[in-house]
Amino acid sequence: MERPNRRVFTETLLTLAKNDRRIIALASDSRGSATLNEFAAELPEQFVEVGIAEQNLVGIAAGMAKCGKIPFACSPACFLSMRSVEQIKTDVAYSGANVRLIGISGGVSYGALGSTHHSLQDLAVMQAIPGITVILPADNRETAMLTRQLVDYPGPVYMRLGRETAPRVYADDFQPEIGKGTLLLPGDDLTIVATGELVRSALDAGYLLRQAGIAGRVVALNTLKPLDTEIILTAARETGALLTVEEHSIYGGVGSRVAQLLGECCPVPLTIAGFPDEPLVTGNQEELFRHYALDAAGLAEKAKGLLRRKQATRR
Amino acid sequence: MPWELARNAILRKKTAKGWCGLKEDKMALSELAQKALATRREVLRLIYRAGAGHIGGALSAVDLLVVLFYDVLNYRPEEPDWPLRDRFILSKGHSCEGYYAILADRGFFPREELASFMKYQGKLMGHPHPKVPGVEIATGSLGHGLSVATGMALAGKRDHLPYRVYCLLGDGELAEGSVWEAAMAAAHYGLDNLVCLIDCNGLQISGPTRQVMNTQPLAAKWEAFGWEVREIDGHDLQQIKQNLDQIPFTIGRPSLVIARTVKGKGISFMENDYHWHHKVPNSEEYARALKELEGVGPGEIGA
Repeated sequence: MERPNRRVFTETLLTLAKNDRRIIALASDSRGSATLNEFAAELPEQFVEVGIAEQNLVGIAAGMAKCGKIPFACSPACFLSMRSVEQIKTDVAYSGANVRLIGISGGVSYGALGSTHHSLQDLAVMQAIPGITVILPADNRETAMLTRQLVDYPGPVYMRLGRETAPRVYADDFQPEIGKGTLLLPGDDLTIVATGELVRSALDAGYLLRQAGIAGRVVALNTLKPLDTEIILTAARETGALLTVEEHSIYGGVGSRVAQLLGECCPVPLTIAGFPDEPLVTGNQEELFRHYALDAAGLAEKAKGLLRRKQATRR
Repeated sequence: MPWELARNAILRKKTAKGWCGLKEDKMALSELAQKALATRREVLRLIYRAGAGHIGGALSAVDLLVVLFYDVLNYRPEEPDWPLRDRFILSKGHSCEGYYAILADRGFFPREELASFMKYQGKLMGHPHPKVPGVEIATGSLGHGLSVATGMALAGKRDHLPYRVYCLLGDGELAEGSVWEAAMAAAHYGLDNLVCLIDCNGLQISGPTRQVMNTQPLAAKWEAFGWEVREIDGHDLQQIKQNLDQIPFTIGRPSLVIARTVKGKGISFMENDYHWHHKVPNSEEYARALKELEGVGPGEIGA
C-alpha cells in the first residue's frame, strides 16, 4: 500500500536512529507535517525542536554537524529553502557542515493553501549553492533507500519530499543510487526526463504515447545535482528530443539544467514542463497538475507537440 | 544537572595538562597585557599591508580575544579537531584580524601565513572560514554565529561532554532577528555550557548604534530571554578573566557577558570614531598608530 514519502522517510530515519546515536532529527514546529511525533517520543535525546525559526533550525543543525552529529533538519520545503537560505549557504555549504536538509511537503503539495506554502524555487536556489547535493525521490521504496544512503553520504544534502501519497514507480528489487538516473521505459522517438513525485505521471504519459504509436523513452532523475549527464546526453543523441518534467518553476530547475547541458553538448528540441512564472490558480495538488498540464494526459500532449517540432526540424 | 556540572569540572581539571587554557603556567595579567598590545600591533599591520579590513571592531575585541585564547579556552593547536576542545565562534566575523593574529601566535598555523591576509590565493580571507585551522565555522554574515554555537552546545549536552562554547557578537549585530531565535533556544534548552560575549562598542558602519537601530537595553533584553547577564569593562583584563572564570554564572542558564568597549581601542585618533569601522590608515597614520602601540615586540613580523 503506497503512502506519503515524508511518512516513509521518518519511519526509515527512526529505524536508523535507534542504532546510530549520531543521527539527530530537528524540527521547526514541523513535527506534524514531517510526521516526526513518533521519533520525538521514542528518541527524545536525538530530537531537537527549535520552534518556528527556520534560520535557527539550520544554524543549530550546522553546529551539531560540526560536533560529529548527523542532523536531519526537517521543515516545510517552502520555508526551509527560502527563509534559511543564507544559513544554508554559509553555515552549511560554505562551512562544510554535513547537514541533511529535508524539505517536507515540497512543490505544490500544500495545494490550495496557496503560493506562500508552495516551494517552486527551492531547486533553483539549492542547486546554485556550491557543494549541496539535491535529491528528489519518486516513490516510497526510493525514499527509504535514499534515506539510508544519506546517513554516511559526504557533504550537505537537500532532499525534497511530497505531502500526498506517492504512487509506486519502482519494483521491490530496485536499487537507487544518488546521482544516477534510471531508464524506466525504452523508446527512440523522444525522451521524457522527470524528477521527484512527477516521475509516475511521466511514466504514465509514456504509456499513453505508446497507445498512440509513439515510442517515448522515460528517464527518472532522483538527483538534480550532481546531474547524471550521461543518461541525458545518451537520450538526446538517441531520441533527438527531450521533455523535462518537474514540480517547480520553469526557471532554475531540472529543465534549466538540461537546457544548459544540451546547449553546451548536444542541442536538440526541448520542452520544459513545470509551473509558469506567475501566481498559480487555487487548487489542490492534483487540480494544479491538471491545470498546468503536468498530469499524464497533459504531459503526453506536450510530448506530441515536441515530436512535431522534432520532425519539423528534421524535414 | 548539577551532578553533571560537578563531573565536568573534575573532567576539565583532570585533563588540564594537555589543555592550553588550564596549563599550570597561566599567564600573569601583565603578560596578557603584553599579548593584547602585540595583537593590536598585528591588527594594524595586517590591515595596513592588505589595504583593507575592519580595524575599529577588531581593536575593540582584542582584550576579550586575548583573555579567551591565552587564559580561558581549552584547545590543542596541534590537534585543532580535538573533540573535547572548547569551541569559539567569532560571529562578528569582520573582526578577524585579531583572531588570526592570536591563532597564529598560539600555533594553529605559521606566523608567515599572516602575510597572506586578503592577498590573492591567500588562506586568510577578510572573514573567517574553517579551512583556517582553529576556525570552527564560516562567519561574516552577521547574526549566524549564536545559532551555530547553540547547536554545538546542545550537541555537547546531548553527549555529556565537558566542553564549552564561546561566541563573540557585536552590538550592531543584535539587530539581526536570528540572534534572538538563538537566544530563545539556548535558554529553552538550559545551555549553561554556552557563553555569549557582546563586544559592545556602541558604533557600527553608519554611525552610533543608538541612532542606527537602538539595541539597548541589552541586559534587560537578554535577561528576559532567560540568560544570566553580567556587564563588564571589555578592556579590563582582570575583570574579563574574573568573570569568565565563573562560567556558568547560573546552573541551567546560558551566560551572557556585555563587554563595554571602545571602537578603535588603543589608537587615540581611531577611538570612538565610526569612520574607522573599515577605513585603512595611510602611511602617516600607520606610523603614528604604531608609535602609540609601542613599537615592534619580539617574535612579531616586521612591518
